Amino acid sequence: MSAPTDTAPRPPAVTSVTARRIAWDRRRRALARFWREYRKDRDGMIGLVVLVLMIAVALAAPLLASSRGLNVTLATYPVNAGPGWHYPLGTDADGRSVLTELIWGSRISLLIGFAATLLSMVIGAVIGIVAGHFGTLNSWFGRQSDNVLMRVTDWFLVVPFLPLAIVLARTLGPSLHVIIIVIGITSWPGTARIIRAQALAVETRPYLERARALGAGHWHQMSKHVLPNVMPLLLANTILTVAGTILSETTLSFLGLGDPTRASWGEMLNNAFNNGVGTGNALWLITPGVAIIVVVMGFTLVGHAMEAVLNPRLRER
Amino acid sequence: MAGAMLEGALAAAQELRGEEAGAARGGAGLARNLGIKIGSAIVTLFFVLVFNFFLFRVLPADPARNLARGTTLTATQMAAINKTYGLGLPLPAQFWNYLVQTFHGNLGISFEYHIGVSQVIGSALWPTILLVGTSTVLSTVIGVWIGIRGGWNRGSTFDKTSTAINNTLYAMPDFWLGMVLLIVFASKWFIFPEGGMHSFGGGGTGLAGINDLLWHLTLPCIVLTLVYLAEYSLVMRSSLIDELGSDYLLTARAKGLRDAMVRRRHAVPNALLPSITLIMLNLGFVISGAITTETVFSWPGLGLLSYNALNFPDYPVLEGAFLLFSAAVIAANLIADLLLTVLDPRVRQA
Repeated sequence: MSAPTDTAPRPPAVTSVTARRIAWDRRRRALARFWREYRKDRDGMIGLVVLVLMIAVALAAPLLASSRGLNVTLATYPVNAGPGWHYPLGTDADGRSVLTELIWGSRISLLIGFAATLLSMVIGAVIGIVAGHFGTLNSWFGRQSDNVLMRVTDWFLVVPFLPLAIVLARTLGPSLHVIIIVIGITSWPGTARIIRAQALAVETRPYLERARALGAGHWHQMSKHVLPNVMPLLLANTILTVAGTILSETTLSFLGLGDPTRASWGEMLNNAFNNGVGTGNALWLITPGVAIIVVVMGFTLVGHAMEAVLNPRLRER
Repeated sequence: MAGAMLEGALAAAQELRGEEAGAARGGAGLARNLGIKIGSAIVTLFFVLVFNFFLFRVLPADPARNLARGTTLTATQMAAINKTYGLGLPLPAQFWNYLVQTFHGNLGISFEYHIGVSQVIGSALWPTILLVGTSTVLSTVIGVWIGIRGGWNRGSTFDKTSTAINNTLYAMPDFWLGMVLLIVFASKWFIFPEGGMHSFGGGGTGLAGINDLLWHLTLPCIVLTLVYLAEYSLVMRSSLIDELGSDYLLTARAKGLRDAMVRRRHAVPNALLPSITLIMLNLGFVISGAITTETVFSWPGLGLLSYNALNFPDYPVLEGAFLLFSAAVIAANLIADLLLTVLDPRVRQA
């Protein structure tokens, strides 16, 4: 035991009370309140547990299965065979263990899902907030920028997703980055719409008027006032969007637009489809599909539970 | 697929209704509203054309080489290709040519089939309409029925079971479901064919031919129906639940109407409106489903055509299919808007 100041609780009056500190205290309390509400949602908790397990498997992939098992030239197991001691879920047409592929595939599927969602959320939030903010300005420029942004959003909303993604991915060439970019730039318009609607509601609040009266610029208003207010909605939307982007990735990979060197679950289904899965190991087809369903449902359950906490009106459903 | 996107679409549709109402109050009439809607559909279609033009002609560094697909060309051959396709012209002139050709129905020559793209697409149109049409009708009817039954008796066993099944179907890749059904029913049990639209050598004529067609149609149709039914019934269920607390239902009950009448005459008509919007807006996602499902079942429609064009790669066909898909979805959106104007008095005269 050294100085007594280490053990004795510091009197609260000594700590400086800054605006930042107050804000963080408030956020911590809001988060605790959110968690208390969220915990009551049984489906949401099931989804959360499933997702944590899945993410743990993806992160621990090198510990669970050697990546050498993915190399076709090193594969020594029988081809397209049912379950065995070294390959509990059977093998694929190249003699690789389906379990190994499944574990490593989770990394690619989740990575693409998260990265594409991040891109989509950034685009959607920026466009939604900018359109909502400038749309409420009483000027020609403001109305026109809102109009143009919403027209672009509508365009992306109307044009069918898969054909658009196919032509983009085909002309840009198959790779991990292309898939992420293609999914990201085709899946943001719904978010932009929702965020714009929320931003419009926020813009009419008195504290924004106060900020404007004190001389806050556009950037300050959007980043310090509008963004924090649309953030909870944006997060709930993010979780739901991950479910969508993982399904989109699966579809694009199944159609042969994925990166063949980094196989996701969709890529596995593509291999299974093109290499005669019907004649051999059915688990090669079934397990990636079940994995996709479980992950997508996990994200959907968590997203809906978050929405229900944020919007009590939805809780009745 | 992509629930968040659909919710966005629904929000957009509802917002559109609000905007319309505002415009109508401003003294403008129904005719002007219709004009705006049709105009904006045309603008959207125009941007699809612009997008197509840039993506396929301008983005590749050298379109002539792209057309030759990697074979070495002499300077004379290059010049000939540039001249034939008008690639030496300035961009606005190229774009004008492209517009004129497109509106004449000339979408270029297919790399794979060496005939006009419109001809290739035309022959694949009917199978897709048959498949998508049948499954849309089935999924709408069954989905709406399940949604009404579940939503009206919320928390019942039927409701809980159907919601759980719907959520699972919603999270399922449609082509995966297709492959599983294909292996079980075609490869293991031989109940249904392995794919295609007719048996080898044609399915016969008359009634036998129709039977053969239906036999081939069953599995792909079941897949598309199941996948979209989930979505429709979830939406129908939640929009019916939204209506449950309404005052007019209380009034109807106070009048002494039987429960079935309250549901059929009062609650369902109101709850149907969002579902109608969704079903029309959903065509874009139905097209996605058609592409993968047709691929799995070798159904010779636009989806399989796109898949083959994608892997060949047959750029003119890909471009034509994209144009047609987009036009179909834009038209469906327009119809949904107009239909809602007719069906919903609040939109018509607010």
